[in-house]
Amino acid sequence: METEVGKKEDELPQLLDLISNEEDWFKGDVGRGEGNVLGDLEEEKLELSLAPPGGEGREKLEKLSSALSSAGFSKIANSLYKNTVVGAQQVFFDSAKPNAEAAGFQKDNSAPFPLPVTADFGKESSLEANMRMNQSHERRVHSAPEDGVLVKNRSQIRLTSSPVVGWPPVRSFRKNIAINSSKISDVLHNAGTLENRLRSETSNKGFFVKINVDGIPIGRKLNLNAYDNYEMLSSVVEELFCGLLSESFYFTVSCTGMGEDAKRAFTGLLDGSGEYTLVYEDNEGDRMLVGDVPWE
Amino acid sequence: MSAPKADDDAELDKLSAGMGSGAVWVTAAMFPEEVLEYVFSFVEADADRNAISLVCRGWYRIERRCRRRIFIGNCYSVSPEMALRRFPEVRAVVIKGKPHFADFNLVPSDWGGGADAWVESLAEACPQLEELRFKRMVVTDDCLELIGRSFRNFKVLSLVSCEGFSTAGLGYVAANCRNLRELDLLENDIEDNGIHWLSHFPESFTSLTSLNISSLDGEINFSVLERLMISCSKLKTLRLNHSVPLDRLANILCKAPHLVDLGTGRFSADFRLGLFEKLDSSFKACRNLKSLSGFYDAVPAYLPSIYSVCNGLISLNLSYATMRSAELIKLITQCKHLQRLWVMDLIEDAGLEAVASSCKLLDELRVFPIDPYAAEPVSLTERGLVAVSAGCPMLRSVLYFCRQMTNAALITVAMNSPNLTCFRLCIIDPHTPDYLTQQPLDIGFGAVVKTCKNLSRLSLSGLLTDRVFETIGAHAHHVKMLSVAFAGDSDAGLHYILSGCRSLKKLEIRDCPFGDKALLANAAKLETMRSLWMSSCSVSLGACRLLAERMPRLNVEVIDERRGGPLESRPNDCPVEKLYIYRTLAGPRSDMPTCVWTV
Repeated sequence: METEVGKKEDELPQLLDLISNEEDWFKGDVGRGEGNVLGDLEEEKLELSLAPPGGEGREKLEKLSSALSSAGFSKIANSLYKNTVVGAQQVFFDSAKPNAEAAGFQKDNSAPFPLPVTADFGKESSLEANMRMNQSHERRVHSAPEDGVLVKNRSQIRLTSSPVVGWPPVRSFRKNIAINSSKISDVLHNAGTLENRLRSETSNKGFFVKINVDGIPIGRKLNLNAYDNYEMLSSVVEELFCGLLSESFYFTVSCTGMGEDAKRAFTGLLDGSGEYTLVYEDNEGDRMLVGDVPWE
Repeated sequence: MSAPKADDDAELDKLSAGMGSGAVWVTAAMFPEEVLEYVFSFVEADADRNAISLVCRGWYRIERRCRRRIFIGNCYSVSPEMALRRFPEVRAVVIKGKPHFADFNLVPSDWGGGADAWVESLAEACPQLEELRFKRMVVTDDCLELIGRSFRNFKVLSLVSCEGFSTAGLGYVAANCRNLRELDLLENDIEDNGIHWLSHFPESFTSLTSLNISSLDGEINFSVLERLMISCSKLKTLRLNHSVPLDRLANILCKAPHLVDLGTGRFSADFRLGLFEKLDSSFKACRNLKSLSGFYDAVPAYLPSIYSVCNGLISLNLSYATMRSAELIKLITQCKHLQRLWVMDLIEDAGLEAVASSCKLLDELRVFPIDPYAAEPVSLTERGLVAVSAGCPMLRSVLYFCRQMTNAALITVAMNSPNLTCFRLCIIDPHTPDYLTQQPLDIGFGAVVKTCKNLSRLSLSGLLTDRVFETIGAHAHHVKMLSVAFAGDSDAGLHYILSGCRSLKKLEIRDCPFGDKALLANAAKLETMRSLWMSSCSVSLGACRLLAERMPRLNVEVIDERRGGPLESRPNDCPVEKLYIYRTLAGPRSDMPTCVWTV
């Protein structure tokens, strides 16, 4: 990076000389420019471990920074920005390195600057960091080189498959719905037949259970207290799911008379003679056949 | 205000005849204050009222004495005393508390945003208060009791995304606010102390026009509810919670056929005998229905009962209805006049194509994910969004969760819907590129920003580099709220936003490599904004210190739940986990929990 900057300074006219410093400005050089802009406040402390990017650019950098901090942007500042796009892209290559250091990898001595304030908050163990680096390396093979920094972020986040807190931005009450219905998808298979599974949840008054049918992504809730016996329950289950099932027939088989098929599928819910069988999970997590114990 | 112009001019001419230049202003100053007050009363927009108050001392004085409603976008931006001293005659107050990201669990639960200070001050200074709306605030039962006790003519209580209270507190309000017109409880976390709070509404109670109890958890006392339906004949809005089954809904509807906005409860029932017919006839009687929501645990078999009202609907919220695409299509295609549609992604692309061809007036579309991490996701892609943008020329507001996107699709959406004011796209996996070209989505989002000139709210997602922020800074002149996540690659990104985006009020950023330099260089910009949230970015504590010192009217709050130890002892290079910056006239707040420090 330093050599690149140097090259530029040789080749480019005065204005762009400024830009090469500007480019450093965007790199995360904490104290230097700002200390000047903001009136030498704690300048020394804020320098952190960062070396200034070449002494002779300082005055210009100061001027630039104050220009930037003024509210109205001058044409100069605008033209500078056009050029910083170039700068910003060059930065990618470097900023991956400081992050490697942040995660405990000191081997990369070629990084031109010591660690700037880093996105890595030291949460990860070096093992994780190692994996992270490997992942980002893998990824980089496939993606454009500009992705360097982003690659880091991605692998940081997707390292474990556990979801990121607050992402996707769905409100927590809505997430509960999502979680409830995601239970829908974990259905049971048993010897080629499909089963229903009851998931019980007590509520204030009713005794609500959620029923999922294998192969149908949508679950239905019903109030067990509203029924007197297993026959009533099974007829309600049939009603709840008949429509859903006929639709999945519609999508998969696309035959006529699918309503009939669906109806047939639900016969023998209780005795196990049909395509579906009602089962539930008891409080020990064992699967039980509905109807084995008397209705109470 | 459309008085005959010629007469006005003649009057002005006469008045100004002997006064020379600047006569109009002199004349205005000579109006009795009552006249100006009357004129000001026609000016409703907050921004316009603010502009009036800046004209001169006289107008400031008159305007402040007749301002009836105030909006406080951040409860810590001004002290209650200060606000009420300036606006002593206020009737309606809207206050917001926690940062928006609190919705997604990014803000500690004990962060603050208590309503008590405001309610206490209002109770003392403004007994005439009629309307109170809180959003993302902690409202205790004591607050509710004080509200019930203090305001003689209280009419509207709206609590959105609030917490800290129970049905007992609601009971106080029901018992004491005899003129209550609107009780709106939307998406709150309410502790349930039983079903009796509703019965605290007095027998003679008739004033209710709007009752939204959809966010209550527990059971509802049906007989009391039915009594309310009979006595409150002006009720227009009723939104029930999931504990109300369809058979109860049918009974309620019979008593309130004048409803305009209905939130059904659980769209299923335990008892089925004749229910469909009863429901069908109840809905047929509701000729005024414009808005339907609820549909918890919807059973499709009952849906045809609402077909009779579909043609009149302008708003349909199916975002809790776990139904399949084909069922949703059957319903939505009957709603030809729909302007607002909220659904789950179960609708799939095919469903949205049906929406596009039947709902020509659609203004707002929200598509929520049923299960963001499903192994076999539903078939909802960029195609659905493109279809709606092509088929619905009135489309202005979009919230869309999906798993894949392309630049081409975004460009098409921008071309099809140049009138978008709100565009929130969430591609569920962070850093997802254009899946066809593997390129960042810079160009696509750039097209949206360039084409949709009136865009005021924008949320970004997917793989994005600093280039997109350059475009946003240069073109997003009207964007007031910008949400950024997992995007950008250097400080330049943040700098483009803060140095451009001249209307920006709220900026929220998470997991972006944005740091000190851009923040400090644009310190002055922060004072023109309401707030800035940054979490998991690259900001150092030293920069926060510097910023706080430089900008005394900003509260720079660092939130750190992981580490112990006082902030003062930490070094400047200590990274900041979460940062919330807002402008304030009130100085540092005094109610911070241990995980929050004002730098």
